[in-house]
Formats: sequence, C-alpha cells, structure tokens
Amino acid sequence: MRRVILADRIATGTLWAIGILVVAILGAIILHFVLAALGTFSLSFLFGNPSDTTVGGIGPILWNSLYILVLTMLITVPLGIAGGIYMAEYAGTGRLTDAIRLSQELISSVPSIVVGLFGLALFVNATHWSFTALGGALTLTVFNLPLMSRLTEQALRAVPTEERNGSLALGCTKWQTIQHVVLPLAIPGIVTGIILTAGRIFGEAAALLFTAGLSTPSAYNFANFNLTDARSPWSPFHPATTLSVYIWKLNSEGLGDFVRQIADTSSAVLVVLVLVFNLGARGLGRVLQRHLTSA
Amino acid sequence: MTTQNPEGSTTAAQSITLAMPAARPSNASGTPEIKVKVRDLEVYYGTRRAVRDVNMDIAARSVTAFIGPSGCGKSTILRCFDRMNDLIPSARVRGSVLLDGEDLYGPGVQPVEVRRRVGLVFQRPNPFPMSIYENVAYGPRRQGVADRARLDEIVEQSLRRSALWDEVKDDLRKKSGLSLSGGQQQRLCIARTMAVDPEVILMDEPCSALDPIATQRIEELIEELAATFTIVIVTHNMQQASRVSQTTALFWVDPDRTGHLVEMGPTQQLFTAPRERITEDYVSGRFG
Repeated sequence: MRRVILADRIATGTLWAIGILVVAILGAIILHFVLAALGTFSLSFLFGNPSDTTVGGIGPILWNSLYILVLTMLITVPLGIAGGIYMAEYAGTGRLTDAIRLSQELISSVPSIVVGLFGLALFVNATHWSFTALGGALTLTVFNLPLMSRLTEQALRAVPTEERNGSLALGCTKWQTIQHVVLPLAIPGIVTGIILTAGRIFGEAAALLFTAGLSTPSAYNFANFNLTDARSPWSPFHPATTLSVYIWKLNSEGLGDFVRQIADTSSAVLVVLVLVFNLGARGLGRVLQRHLTSA
Repeated sequence: MTTQNPEGSTTAAQSITLAMPAARPSNASGTPEIKVKVRDLEVYYGTRRAVRDVNMDIAARSVTAFIGPSGCGKSTILRCFDRMNDLIPSARVRGSVLLDGEDLYGPGVQPVEVRRRVGLVFQRPNPFPMSIYENVAYGPRRQGVADRARLDEIVEQSLRRSALWDEVKDDLRKKSGLSLSGGQQQRLCIARTMAVDPEVILMDEPCSALDPIATQRIEELIEELAATFTIVIVTHNMQQASRVSQTTALFWVDPDRTGHLVEMGPTQQLFTAPRERITEDYVSGRFG
C-alpha cells in the first residue's frame, strides 16, 4: 500500500515538474528577448523604416507579417472549417475519406522548405507573379488548410452524440443542429486550430523565402490603394518579407553594426505578437461561443 | 447563492394519488381514440432482426408503458415512433407505424417532420449548454419563431407545464441548463420537448438516472401531461409502469435475441390478471 502511495506521489511530482519546465521555457524565451530588446525597442523601431546606417525600424516588415497572416487566414479558416464540417458530419467512412485524412496528415508534415519550392514553381514562376504576398499566403495555405480542416473535424467529433440527438429529436434538421449545437460547442477546438495555424504563419520562414520574397522595402506609401501595383502595401501582389524571414536574413547575411540588436528586438516583437494573437483568439472564441449559444 | 431545491416538498398525499391512477375516459363515446397504430413492425440492425411482428394500438391522451427485460426491443420500438432509428446507419424498419392514420415510414415522409410531431425525452437528461431560457426557446427558434414576446410566452408556459417555472424563473437567462440538478434537468428537457408542441411524447427510461424524489416529480408530471399529450414511456421499473400508465405492453426477447410483444392491456389487468404465463412470471418478480 505504501508503495502505491509513493508511486502516486512520484507521478504527481513528475507531472508538476514537467508543467513547471514548460512554463519556465516559455518564460525564459520571453525574458531573453525582452531584455535584449530593452535598449533598442521604441515606437520608431516598431513603425519606422529599415535603415543600413542606423538601427532603423521594422514598420514595413511588421505590416507584411500581419498582411500575410490575414490573407492566409482569410483563405484557410473558412475553407478549413467547411472541410472539417464535411469530413466530420457528411463524409462518413470509406476508402476515399481515409485517403483524404491520410493526405491531410501527410501534407501537414511535409517539410516546409519542400512546400516552399512547390510554391516557387506554382505561385511564383508558373503564374508569373514573381515574389508576392499572395504567393506566400497560398503556399502557407498548402500546409495550413489540411491542418485547419483536421483540427476542426476533431473538434466537431468531440461534441457528444447526446447533444446532437437532443436537437434532432426536436425536429431540427442536421444543418440546424450543426449550426446551433455542434459548431458552438466545438469553438474552443476550432480556436485552437486557428491559433496553431496562425503560429505556423508567424513562424514560417522557409516556405516564404521563395514565395513572398526576401527584398526588404525601405518604405511603404499607404496612400497607394492601387491593388495591382506591386509597390502598394495593400496589394496582394507586393513582395512581402515577414518578420521571421527578416530575422533569418539578418542572422545569415546581415551586415552592419546594428544587426544583433535589430534581430533580437524583432524577435521580441514576434514573440509578443504571437502571445497577443493567442490570447486575443481565445477571448474572441469565448465571446463568440457565448453569442452563439444565447441567440 | 444556490436556490433551495424544492424537490423534497412533495407531500405524502400526492404520492398516494399517484399510486393508482384512475382509469381515464378516452372520449365521449367511450371507445378509446387511437393515436398510434403499429402494424407488422420489424426492425433489423444490419442482417440481425432485433424486433419482430409488433402490432399494437396506442390510445391518445393517455400513458402507455413499455416494460420487459434488457434487449427485448422496447427502446428500439419507441424510437421507430419518431424515426430516431434512422440515425443508426445499419437500422432498417419494415411494417408501418401510423400516426393518426398516416404512415411515418411512407414514401416522402421526412423524419424531421415526424420529430416535430413526436417528441423524445432521453434516458440521461441532455440539456444544451445554454441558458435555461435558450434551452426551451431552442426548438421554437429553429422553427422560425423570432418574436420575443411570443418566445417569452412559450418558455414560461413550457416551464410551468413541466413544473419547473417556480424554481428557475429568477435566473432563466443567467443560469445554464447544466447547472440544474438531475431531476430539474430532466424537467427542463421535458419543457424543451413541449415547447415545439408535439402530439406524442416518447420517454426512454426518463427516471433511470434520477433519485427517488426526482423520479416522483417526473411521474407526477407525466400524469398531468397525459391530459394533453399521448405519452409512451419505456421503463425498467414495473412499479413505475403501474403508477403512471393506463396501458402496459410487455416485450420479451427470444433466445436468438429477437424482441417481440408478449401482451398488452390495461395496466391494472396486466399486473393482476395477465393472460400470458410469461407476463405473470415477469410482473410477479420471478424473472429479472
């Protein structure tokens, strides 16, 4: 009996230790970059233009990151949720759906550099677009869409049959049941999917090198709303170096006196951006869930 | 913080009246009006026949109890009445179930339409994770009722009829349906079912997850509802069948696991003077 209790204590202690370790790693990362950024960070860094001679700023690059994030999510989230609903509620089981599921998992685990080369061939060369934000977003979609769809499917499948049957027994159609019972209950899982896909967008460098491009704009003219002009920051056809790509570039080929500070501060900005996005998405998910289950 | 659960307030006098329901006059002419007619019903799961040769008439505005051992097909038959069996991909139904003379399995009949006319209360209370108000308003909203005053009226009326109104009226929108006790949750599910104004209410062992006091409240409720609705209740509990129903049907299961109807008749007669030997043995407790 004593041995059982001892084993229980050891198991509990180990799990606690792992939990603390995870939090500590996150804390260390944040702390490291925040401390490194302290001297350099300022509003002019955040919104200013890059410079070869001074610290300059990351304004255009920050813009590109958010632009590609939004563009990719606009494609991935609706399609991914629709695909997940189909796979969970309508597709049933069979060889075809098994093949679809296997493909989804395979594509999400293909190394992103390979997906990047595929994107280069398709969205850069075949389309004659050259390096564009749209090409980058579509390349990210290649491995994010299967992930989003798979996670949505899992979230929907986790909704208990009792809840569905409760709605069906009231004479509601399957689609009504999905809309008003299944989807609201699956929102936390779907939000997790959105956060995971967004994290890959923030963090992805390899797939974007060859598709969204490496050239760093020195300044953007935000008054230029011409969506076909590659110089307009609003245009999906403008080349768009993201923060991750920029950090990679600084570290691998960066020349100049301030490369270290710029890279560290950019990293801090990226980490904070990811945190803000995650918390924001969760908060939004909660509000959405409350809204959907009360009207 | 929590409201007092008044389920314990039922008086002894009420429970005595429950014990032996008076025979209900069916209609003016004295012959019972039949709500549901079952003809040569067979249910298959895949190639296995789960139920065979069921023929029965279910009287309108009364309580009919289905009893019998596990696996005798009583729940399967119940779920033919609102086509919930359609949700099981391997289930197939032969024969007919006539609701007011209309075959629920006829060509062109939509299960969704059937389920609007025939409600189902499940074994385990399954309120939606929404407010009490939204639980009851759910069905009417899906049927297109958008007017607030009308919804308020439906919600209040349904909760009053399920004897839950007084317990929840102060936090209809504040409290989740899931925060209620088991018995309250089941009454909420009954209110939810009544809110779409069905003609028949099916109950699949509605008290099996509840304590005796909560059970008593539900049994009282069933008695009252039988004035308006045709109620069919599946129960494992023979005392419950004898307390709440006017008609009882006993199902049995063959050695090959096929269920069938053994005997159906006025509850009092079935329990005191059964025609079949099996019935006598079962109701006297020699089985199960």
